[in-house]
Amino acid sequence: MYRYDTYDQALVDARVADFGDQVARRLSGEMSEDQFKPLRLMNGLYLQLHAYMLRVAIPYGTLDSRQMRMLGSIARDYDRGYGHFTTRQNLQFNWIKLEDTPEILARLATVEMHAIQTSGNCIRNISSDQYAGAAADEVGDPRPWAELLRQWSSFHPEFSYLPRKFKIAVIGAEQDRAAIQLHDIGLQMRRDDAGELGFRVLVGGGMGRTPMIGSVIRDFIPAADLLSYVEACLRVYNRYGRRDNIYKARIKILVHELGAPEYARQVEEEWAHVKTLGLDPPQAEYDRIAAQFAPPAFAEGLPTEIDRSDAGFAHWVDQNTAAHKAAGYAIVTVSLKPTGGIPGDATADQIDLIADLAERYSFDEIRITHSQNVVLPHVQQQDLRAIWDALVAAGLATANLDLVTDIIACPGLDYCSLANARSIPVAQKITERFADPDRQRDIGELKLKISGCINACGHHHAGHIGILGVDRKGEENYQLSFGGSAAEDTSIAKIIGPGFSEDGVVDAVEKAVETYRGLREPGERFLDTYRRVGLQPFKAAIYG
Amino acid sequence: MKILTGQNLASGDVVWWTGSGWSLHLFDAVDVGETGAAIAATEEKALRVNVPYVIDAVQTADGPMPAHIKDRIRAAGPTVHPAFAIHPEIPILKTPARHQSNADAPSEVKAN
Repeated sequence: MYRYDTYDQALVDARVADFGDQVARRLSGEMSEDQFKPLRLMNGLYLQLHAYMLRVAIPYGTLDSRQMRMLGSIARDYDRGYGHFTTRQNLQFNWIKLEDTPEILARLATVEMHAIQTSGNCIRNISSDQYAGAAADEVGDPRPWAELLRQWSSFHPEFSYLPRKFKIAVIGAEQDRAAIQLHDIGLQMRRDDAGELGFRVLVGGGMGRTPMIGSVIRDFIPAADLLSYVEACLRVYNRYGRRDNIYKARIKILVHELGAPEYARQVEEEWAHVKTLGLDPPQAEYDRIAAQFAPPAFAEGLPTEIDRSDAGFAHWVDQNTAAHKAAGYAIVTVSLKPTGGIPGDATADQIDLIADLAERYSFDEIRITHSQNVVLPHVQQQDLRAIWDALVAAGLATANLDLVTDIIACPGLDYCSLANARSIPVAQKITERFADPDRQRDIGELKLKISGCINACGHHHAGHIGILGVDRKGEENYQLSFGGSAAEDTSIAKIIGPGFSEDGVVDAVEKAVETYRGLREPGERFLDTYRRVGLQPFKAAIYG
Repeated sequence: MKILTGQNLASGDVVWWTGSGWSLHLFDAVDVGETGAAIAATEEKALRVNVPYVIDAVQTADGPMPAHIKDRIRAAGPTVHPAFAIHPEIPILKTPARHQSNADAPSEVKAN
């Protein structure tokens, strides 16, 4: 894991001091809300429906037990005992008091964490593959590059007031677990024919009210040129992105209006200039960062046999663990999606437990997923049973990764001041409807995603089944869409017809699932069957 | 009727104008008629409330009830955490009057 150097720490400490002063001036009335709002947003502090909400950055979703315990202690001491993991691999506290925020940020700074650039029209938290450094299928570990981008983008003077917010994702594997095609910039590590390391560069993806899939503007940029090339991408956007209309300000609109080839041409032209500025770091600096992501000392000759005599444990192993690149190890996903629960919520005690498990069993590493779950990336297979026992005791052993109850849901109208409808109650009802584990496993992979407004924080556009809550004459109404994906087969879901009430949409989901079960061919997921047969059979079953 | 709401500056708690101060309880709210904007300006300047705004409501047997579901949830607390609810008895889904949008309600920049 990357550890702050003196520069990193000084920057964060200075920002904590600045914000403490700004909060004091706001509380004394020296500063108005209009003056204060952009400052608090730069520090991740929103004023939401019931309270202030603080969004804490978890760079590329990676943290250690010390940081995780700090999140737990803040949940306990300043929130109401919960943390909420988000679709940006961050964590939100929903019940924060303004007067406490300087103290909270000071405590976060002691463990090399902050809330900087978790809001505002800047480059947000860089996201990545939660299996980075552990996945059996990766070309290389994307985290050193994500860290390089984090340092480059933090307080970048030219990109602190972009036309709109900007999200970058980096992966190092063929399998896309970070939705790179739905980011402003998506970067995929690869090697060229000569074996040189570089990146495929996609630009202009995104969800929100105008979902678009990113375009490949360069199939290979050498790794040594990554920063200057990304800088050129941002420069063209910063210069020509629309500032007159918030709904057309994202880079996806610029790329769409120019056309990807023309945007790419302008980037190349800009890059020819940027490349001369000496922006790309020397190899020694990259090596300094990469050294901190060196693989842990994996043991050799570990047993790989697992006692599967307990059916519950065996199901959990099958569903919630993934292949590790080191023999005898596994990647564990801790589901935060219990039946009837709030997707992404964890209590302070659960957060502490995960920290303990990471420290004891996973080389002190934890990852947060954009699907609002938590990963222990390096677990010996012989320790899986002990981990499962601990998770069972803490209510964290739900064996539903990528199944119909592993739902992404935004906070919705229960917490968010932008939402038009509640998301969480719909998720809860669906998990209760499909609570039977055997039924879930029979249905197989089905990614269901719920947003409470068109901003799409719940990624409904990318759901095999997507649900969008809207306001229809003052009442909640839910639009259903099918066929989305955020993986390497990225697609945007299509609305299937008129919307439903809260209970109606749960019934409609069940009808869709049963239609799929009746139509599927061997090995087909819901998404595969939908793509093969089209909407009509589903529509007939749902609308009659 | 029109009622005045906002949030406490330091805590962020949702508050309602009672005619003489601010309450955490919706049912303490009073009809501000056409005086809401003036009260809001005075109270905000005195730091007794943050981001105040006037909403439409109807008088019910229990007390004033916001016309829009968003403000009913603000008054009740999150519907998914009964322990955090202030007024769980508020009928969130029951629209007490014809819907009118609350265009003046403040909102943050896009959330996530």
